[in-house]
Amino acid sequence: MAVLKVKFTKTKRCKLAQILWILNWISVITGIILFSLGLFLKVEIRKKNEIMYNREIHSVPNMLIAVGVIACGINFLGGKICYDCSDSNKFHRWKLIMLPYIICTFFFTFCVLVGALMCYTMKNELEESLYLGLKEALKFYKDTDIPGRCFLKKTVDLLQMEFRCCGNNGFRDWFEIQWISMRYLDVSNKEVQDRLKSNVDGKYLMDSVPFSCCNIYSPRPCIQHQLTNNSAHYSYEFQTEELNVWMTGCRQALLEYYMQIMQSIGFTVLIIWLFELSVLTGVRYLQTALENVLLQGDPDSESEGWLLENGFVETARTNFNIIKNLGKSNQINAVSGNEDPNLNVTPSSHGATRTHIPTVS
Amino acid sequence: MVLLKVKFPFQRRVKVAQGLWLLSWLATVSGAFIFTLGIFLKSELRKRSEVMDNTEIHAVPNTLIIVGLASVVINFFAGRICQDSLDVARFPRWRGFMVPYFAGAALLALLMLVAVIMSYAMKGNLEESLKIGLKNGIRFYKDTDTPGRCFQKQTIDLLQMEFQCCGNTNFKDWFEVQWISNRYLDYSCKEVKDRIKSNVDGRYLVDGVPFSCCNPSSPRPCIQHQMTNNSAHYNYDYTTEELNVYRRGCREALVSYYMGLMNTIGVVVLLFFLIQMGVLVSLRYLQTAMDGVVGQENTECETEGYILEKGVKETIKLTIQKIAKIFQPNQVQNEQAESAPGTAG
Repeated sequence: MAVLKVKFTKTKRCKLAQILWILNWISVITGIILFSLGLFLKVEIRKKNEIMYNREIHSVPNMLIAVGVIACGINFLGGKICYDCSDSNKFHRWKLIMLPYIICTFFFTFCVLVGALMCYTMKNELEESLYLGLKEALKFYKDTDIPGRCFLKKTVDLLQMEFRCCGNNGFRDWFEIQWISMRYLDVSNKEVQDRLKSNVDGKYLMDSVPFSCCNIYSPRPCIQHQLTNNSAHYSYEFQTEELNVWMTGCRQALLEYYMQIMQSIGFTVLIIWLFELSVLTGVRYLQTALENVLLQGDPDSESEGWLLENGFVETARTNFNIIKNLGKSNQINAVSGNEDPNLNVTPSSHGATRTHIPTVS
Repeated sequence: MVLLKVKFPFQRRVKVAQGLWLLSWLATVSGAFIFTLGIFLKSELRKRSEVMDNTEIHAVPNTLIIVGLASVVINFFAGRICQDSLDVARFPRWRGFMVPYFAGAALLALLMLVAVIMSYAMKGNLEESLKIGLKNGIRFYKDTDTPGRCFQKQTIDLLQMEFQCCGNTNFKDWFEVQWISNRYLDYSCKEVKDRIKSNVDGRYLVDGVPFSCCNPSSPRPCIQHQMTNNSAHYNYDYTTEELNVYRRGCREALVSYYMGLMNTIGVVVLLFFLIQMGVLVSLRYLQTAMDGVVGQENTECETEGYILEKGVKETIKLTIQKIAKIFQPNQVQNEQAESAPGTAG
């Protein structure tokens, strides 16, 4: 009842070992690719960390970096093992390590899959972080004289120009905050005083946007101030005007940018996962084939290789029992005493635990 | 009177051949690199071709491309020749090839020097071209409804934002041009009418600049309009304000960008020129040394190699005579024809 049994002649075994050696080296390269993808993503997120609220969205790139490094190590070891397996004499060295190696690699491929899936599920965390970060950045846009926030104006301006976006959700976000510093407001002016009084918090609010929101594709020079006032500008209608300022919000623009990167990375990692899985399958076949050869005794004979010796259910049950019995290693099971042929077992003690019978001198 | 004679024992010939083979491969790769540099420079110049008046500056990347291709071919042949030079049987077949080969190589070397000189000397040409191109660009900034010019606004805006510059020489160029289209001017408004009447050509001139001139590093929101009017803005002094708009002119920015590129490329081509001369000189020595070996019984004997068989002046005289003979074959034939009947008759 072996799962997916395949017969292996000696030449087939040697060829399999050689192919697996090459594939393992290719996997080392894919491990390096994983590592560099993780590094790239980390750098991209770092570049914009001033407008992200939670600066620790580094779980995905860190995972990719760790997985990449471990993949290099595991596949390097796998390459050495497969190289030695083509010669059945050297197989003895690795006999004991191979099964634990295969089990470790199997669990490791799970990590690779998790890494790939995380790339697709990071969206919500990122969106939350961008929303809060941009809100803070817009609030502190005017604070170019406060240390720690003085660079935010430049950052937001360059962001809006580069990603062709305006505000958090849209350009109206600028209407709700004071983005002109008090240093540049003539507080003695009546108009300024009216505006400051007209809202609860005493903020100088206008229906204007900064210059970095201006759309370069507009046929007319940019209208930044008094955006909602149609009569302030000749031949201008606020409701139908679409080319004047950028209509996309920066949160959406950035989210799209990052999701594009992560989707490509996720796709690449999935392909690498499939590749690793196939290499692992090959190594398993090689291991079982070589073990069977050793059992048969003749190194040149044909042997069988399989994925699992018994069916899935039986293997699961056996492993479960092994794990259960690991916890009971201290207790001596009387029933198991019968199985040891070297011990004399008196029939009368069947079913009872062994007790120390004091000898009568 | 042989020029720069060097003795070549067998071992030295072998060493020179091996060294030359490696050097020729290095030179081939460098030639391909020069080719890609030429393509890169051409594409960079093309990106901004809308603000350039003429395409004379393209002579530099075109020369680089030709130099790159020619050097790949020449160095490839150099490698083949030096491979065959160690085999006395195969070497003679290159004999007829060598004179045109060295003529071509000399031309290539000359072209390389021309490319280096051009990459430094064409600055004035580039500056003139940009001056006229930018002037037109700024003039047609407002014509977003005129076919053929409707992209000028976009081009100039992107240029000013990317190169962090404003106007042609500086931002005051915008004060002398009407950059707001008449479609967006309210002619019934008194202020507009006054402005238009106030200058000879009837243009609407303002002391303002487009938004793409704004400097994001400025601590205060950008002041684009009424820039010379201190009282229009609170706490603003036009004469001392430096961070508001970009101070540099776009002509200066573009010239420094392109000259930076071309100077670097010029240095690379100069280095490559030295490598190429090394290849050619070694090949000449190897060829002349092998010429001495061909026909001799002992192929491992010592021979002499030289650059020129006779001195420089004599070689030039002989070359001129040869070229003259090619262009006047009829004269010699006529003389022979005249003398033949004379002797016969």
